Amino acid sequence: MRHLRPRAAIVGIGELKPQRRTDGVTTMELLMQVSAEAIADAGLSLGEIDGLLVAPQVGETPQHVPATVAEYFGMQPSMCNMVDLGGASGPGMIWRAAAAIAAGQCETVLCVIGNHRNTPAPKSPNRNPAREFDTPFGASGANTSYALLMQAHMAAYGCAPEDYAAIAAGSRGNAQHNEMAIFYGQPASVEEVLASPMIASPLHLFEIVMPVAGADAVIVTTAARASTLRHPPVFLNGAGEKVTHRAVSQAPSLTSGPLKHAIARALEQSGMGIREIDFLSLYDCYTIMVATTIEDAGLCAPGQFGTWLRDNGGMSSDARQPINTHGGQLGFGQPDLAGGMTHVVEAVRQIRGTATDRQIQNRKSALITSNGATMSEAVALILGADQ
Amino acid sequence: MMDYSALDVPGPTITKLSQPFWDAVSEGQLLIQFCTSCSKGVFYPRPICPLCWADALEWHTASGKGKLTSFTKIWKPGHPGWLTVAPYLVGLVQLHEGPTMLSHILQEGQIPNVGDPVIFKPTRIGKLTLPFFATVPTGEI
Repeated sequence: MRHLRPRAAIVGIGELKPQRRTDGVTTMELLMQVSAEAIADAGLSLGEIDGLLVAPQVGETPQHVPATVAEYFGMQPSMCNMVDLGGASGPGMIWRAAAAIAAGQCETVLCVIGNHRNTPAPKSPNRNPAREFDTPFGASGANTSYALLMQAHMAAYGCAPEDYAAIAAGSRGNAQHNEMAIFYGQPASVEEVLASPMIASPLHLFEIVMPVAGADAVIVTTAARASTLRHPPVFLNGAGEKVTHRAVSQAPSLTSGPLKHAIARALEQSGMGIREIDFLSLYDCYTIMVATTIEDAGLCAPGQFGTWLRDNGGMSSDARQPINTHGGQLGFGQPDLAGGMTHVVEAVRQIRGTATDRQIQNRKSALITSNGATMSEAVALILGADQ
Repeated sequence: MMDYSALDVPGPTITKLSQPFWDAVSEGQLLIQFCTSCSKGVFYPRPICPLCWADALEWHTASGKGKLTSFTKIWKPGHPGWLTVAPYLVGLVQLHEGPTMLSHILQEGQIPNVGDPVIFKPTRIGKLTLPFFATVPTGEI
């Protein structure tokens, strides 16, 4: 291991006066106020901050904490994370900020931590803006958000229901070559996808992932160490990240997402163009997610994903650029948060050449996309057989 | 028209900051924040303007007019309390003042199109009044 040291500096600070009680005040308000102080102290404006590190929120936001804070702040960071190290979380943010800067993901990081102290303690741990301003209208759950995104996409570009259904059918088709897949032995045609029950229009049941139990793990080491181990290394050649909002109502666009930025940065780091990538493993919680990602990746113009997919020869391992050969989440199953990691594991199999009867021919490079919340949290990776 | 008054569903988790919004809704008014520094409407409530970060937010009465930027007809609600009124419409409403809010959409007549005008329609849900919106025939807004 080479002896490196971080090259970063602290340029602004903020701190609120301690109070025994902050009755009625939210953690989000405190975080915004102290951040305003630190940004002012640095002589910067919010627009110059492109990274955000936050800590867990006790009694306010159980999940998607970084996106919830970023949206509240009106920020769209290109590096966004939660550091969950108890009392070590704050200092733990500092070196991670330096690491993210050194990795080329951002230039200036806001590290913010705090909590309200209200009496009595709230009954529900979920007391954030999405809970207050979405849930009461009958809009609980991800289906509503992606249905809204799909309706807007259809209205903007006039794509046919069959275009989206072809993604579900293609995923089911790929799952027939993966015995691990939850839908192995259960293909579905475009007609069958469109005949499945309407859940939240225009989303049909088969266009939505099946929740399953499962897990994925990946080991990462240095390139030097990788070359001494038993498998041919699969190198990380590019990465990009972007968070634009938390709730769908706050999305800056309903027809394009933060993956547009994340994919562009990952490609730029890798020095490759999107059409040079051999394998595409695209996050597919819903059919609309794949449609938007194909367009955001620059593979075709907005609204043209259906035509592009047909020209691509579908999604199978024989396609021009094979897509989601493990079946994707739509065919493989959605092991909760591990759904995104299934794409990394499949890309490693493909690049190693161990993908059995679904092995692709050209296997030098892969694009992996992943997504969280309401098409609002995005990470893209470029993996390669060569550095 | 569906009967919403008997629904037992999760209400809003109101905070001190958002209390004026909900108080106004219960009186049939739509109140949103307005930034006197950048002259933009802000929704949902914040302590500082999320667009320019000035400490210059004031409560203003909104027109109650908006445009449906998307909608979905929900057949399988995420919360079982909503089953009795399913299928129902949820939509994104871009307010005349700029910001977008998610709301329940009361359908007057045919299923709407993206881009259709909608109007604020405070509606009683159990013990609460919520800021629903209703579709309106084009030309009436």
